[in-house]
Amino acid sequence: MEMVNRPYAKAFEDYAVQHPEVLCLSADLTSSCEIDGFRDRHPDQFLSLGMAEQNMLSFAGGLGLAGFRPFLHSFGVFLYRRPYDQLMASIAYPRRQVRLMGFLPGITTPGGMTHQAIEDISVMRTIPNMTVLEAGDATEVESIVAAADSVDGPVYCRILRGAVPRLFDTPLEIGKIRVLAEGTDVLVITAGITTEEAIRARAALDRAGVSVRHLHLNTLKPFDAATILGHAEAVKHGVITLENHLVTGGIGSMVAEALAEAGLSRRLIRLGLQDTYAHGGSRPYLMRYYGMDALSLVRAVERLTGQQTGIDEDALGAVRVEAVHSVVKAEAL
Amino acid sequence: MQNSRTTEDVAHGIRCRVFEHSMRNNGGYLSQACSAAEQLAFLYNEALNLGPSTMPLVPPPFGGVPSAANHDYRTGAGYNGPFDAVHDRLFIAPAHYALVAYACLIEVGRMAPEGLEMFNQDGSSVEMIGAEHSPGMEVHNGTLGIGLSTGAGLAWGRKRRGETGEVCVYMSDGEVQEGQTWEAVQAAAHHGIDNLWALMDVNRQQCDGAMDSVMTVGDIATKFRNFGAVVAEVDAHDLTALREARATPHEGQPLIILAHSSPTKGMEFLMKRFPRLHYVRFKSDEERREMNIAIAAELGIAPVDLGGH
Repeated sequence: MEMVNRPYAKAFEDYAVQHPEVLCLSADLTSSCEIDGFRDRHPDQFLSLGMAEQNMLSFAGGLGLAGFRPFLHSFGVFLYRRPYDQLMASIAYPRRQVRLMGFLPGITTPGGMTHQAIEDISVMRTIPNMTVLEAGDATEVESIVAAADSVDGPVYCRILRGAVPRLFDTPLEIGKIRVLAEGTDVLVITAGITTEEAIRARAALDRAGVSVRHLHLNTLKPFDAATILGHAEAVKHGVITLENHLVTGGIGSMVAEALAEAGLSRRLIRLGLQDTYAHGGSRPYLMRYYGMDALSLVRAVERLTGQQTGIDEDALGAVRVEAVHSVVKAEAL
Repeated sequence: MQNSRTTEDVAHGIRCRVFEHSMRNNGGYLSQACSAAEQLAFLYNEALNLGPSTMPLVPPPFGGVPSAANHDYRTGAGYNGPFDAVHDRLFIAPAHYALVAYACLIEVGRMAPEGLEMFNQDGSSVEMIGAEHSPGMEVHNGTLGIGLSTGAGLAWGRKRRGETGEVCVYMSDGEVQEGQTWEAVQAAAHHGIDNLWALMDVNRQQCDGAMDSVMTVGDIATKFRNFGAVVAEVDAHDLTALREARATPHEGQPLIILAHSSPTKGMEFLMKRFPRLHYVRFKSDEERREMNIAIAAELGIAPVDLGGH
């Protein structure tokens, strides 16, 4: 699998230099959000707002009022927890074209509770006028910049940084669900980093004779319930959602709502953080510890189908290994 | 657009209008009219470069909130004139001053008196807490402390575009208790946003009562200076002093005018209620009658006819 170093850095710079009304805002996490090179090369298009997110969000609302399209860079968690009031009043309500680029979604940071955006999808999707996107690979990180900037209103994006695998060869299109497998036993729905886990699990499940239908979401709001329902109808045993987020309010909840509203009777297993905070640790450790990895998905498939697959950790193959001497540390602060 | 009336006259008209409205409606933001009348009159009648209103004199009813489907959505900013490069923009940060601001719009000919009759009526855009769609409002500021940040962002953007129009934020002193106010000043100073100025009503009152009893804020002039603003301090009821303060040079820095006001100016009878001045409700019909006569006398007008109410 191809690994791409800092796909956001290049994609943002390539895009922003072509669009002078795009501004690059940072709140003291400039290199952490891969925009240090942009700051150095394009200082006129870069605004340092310091460690003051409440001001940054309202300030961005003012920039929007002046006809600019600011991209706000910070860890996702810092873009909505403290400045939630400002997000509502200065950005979401008036539909400013503000692009909130949330780095380190979910447990992709070892920073623990304060750094882990584990309820961001839940919060963002309930906000009227908001669009919510999530990048699942290097190609989506690259294409999310232009996609987000095409939205007539505010957008929140879950961004992956550092060394990111390339899973897809076509750009992210807002509202377009990626159908990665069209099996008939179980429907697996993933987004962000959980898609790679599901791809690993799928290979083993195929060998064990389980036919998996697999959807990758990059647009969480607007949520394409109709397409999800069509796929849910096409499987025998039920649906599993696997998300880098709390299972309440996120993808699991969205799918549950869709099934219930349509009166479609399918069992649903929601994998992700189960009404718990996470703690600090490496991504593979946290995904295992909180039941968000490929093996957890396999066990959920077994519960849903009532059949043991015989798949163990060895069968799932080696966990993706990052280049030890990489210049980027995917999990550093 | 300059009004033909004197600013003193407009200020007096604001007090009378808010007084009449509060008497008829069994309460209102009377104290804010006392403290802010000269300031809002000053802004609308002479300090701001505003074009003619682009909105109907009688405010349209509530037209829905902003959404992708609401194509006809408009803010109330059109009452302050058109959006163009040369005209100023005004945010009224303490949105609960709306009644006073509406009265001011009427006094300067931007809204019909009927507009005030729609105040706080269901389905009306003339809301009690000024909303984006309320006359004279451009952004939601009801959550105190966000106005100056928004103004700073707009001012930075206007400067970048080469627009000569400035951005003014009308503020209240209670907002200095919010951390965001200080974030906004430091950002405006850091980025040299000098097409931004604020006029702050320093009446030392807040919802719970006198600010010193709720949360002491200390010497806010020194604090603002230390955060990077140019500060001028004036008597809020002295228009000559306000004019001089507005002319204070502030190249490379935002200007903040601290307008020290009396929350009972022109209606000294209200001192009977001090420090409960944030929203004046009448405890009894007798109090209402007494206030009607006393304040009308102070304003030099006839008592309000309370006959049908």
